[in-house]
Amino acid sequence: MYPYIETTHVIALTLFVGTLAIVDLRMLGFAYRSTPISTISQSILPWTVVGFIIMFVTGVLLFYAIPVRTYHSVWFRIKVIMIVLAAINAAHYHYRISKNRVLWDSAPRPPRSVRLTAATSLFLWIVVIFSGRMIAYNWFDCDRPQPDWVITVAGCVIDEVATL
Amino acid sequence: MTLLEVFQSLEEMWIGEAIRTSYWLFPFIEAIHLVGLALLGGTVLVVDLRLLGLTLRSRPATQVLLNARPYFVLALVTMFATGIPLALSEMIKLYYNFSWWVKISTLGIAILFTFFVRNPMVLRDRASNVTLAGIGLVSLVLWFTVAGAGRWIGFS
Repeated sequence: MYPYIETTHVIALTLFVGTLAIVDLRMLGFAYRSTPISTISQSILPWTVVGFIIMFVTGVLLFYAIPVRTYHSVWFRIKVIMIVLAAINAAHYHYRISKNRVLWDSAPRPPRSVRLTAATSLFLWIVVIFSGRMIAYNWFDCDRPQPDWVITVAGCVIDEVATL
Repeated sequence: MTLLEVFQSLEEMWIGEAIRTSYWLFPFIEAIHLVGLALLGGTVLVVDLRLLGLTLRSRPATQVLLNARPYFVLALVTMFATGIPLALSEMIKLYYNFSWWVKISTLGIAILFTFFVRNPMVLRDRASNVTLAGIGLVSLVLWFTVAGAGRWIGFS
């Protein structure tokens, strides 16, 4: 069962980050320059949302398959923080920056603030993919000898080390 | 020289050796491979969903394709630049891996289909909507088979 959920998680990456990248590339002024940002957003973001839902559901299932180790994974913690930052970035765009969208909706190259949120979004999701893939590797696991900073960041507990 | 011997000598090349002996290299290249997958999938999806009439219906399919194409090619180059070193580090394992053979043969078909069937048909702009939808569906099935079989290499 785990491989099927994991594969779904990876394939949904194309739907989620892949379609989001198209929107970000438009906001950066790199692609679809003659198409209004609102057209791209309205047409593509529903697919991004579908991708996100699949990622989230399969991600939660993958977490529950290996909960203790994942909870103490340095990479998982980085990943969650990056997802929160990406959510804040998205909210910032939605509630602040896009308020005056009519002014630059059709601009081939939108204003700096818009390009900056798009670049931030791309960067954060790339870090999420990176750290997500690294969860599979055990370099920083609590059941191995670790330097103090790893023990702190991973929240290793001595009792739990024995049970792992 | 048998095929297995070819795979063996490929695995013995310095590049595969370097990746095998490194702690970080394989996971690092693998992560870039995944970032490339996201972009590849996105650029395939936006065109094929357009052909199926499921996104950007107000825009001509040719325009949707022409804008996505440079990033599709960029993603494909990234996939090869990372996928080849990954493969070179474990050629003998891959020789016996059914998923990898599925992935590689489907990949060949998908690339040929994209550059010699889908893209020319879309750009010529003469095909009916039903034909274009069929092309979009075939493209989606091919590329997602490549992705799924690719992920499965690690499980089988």
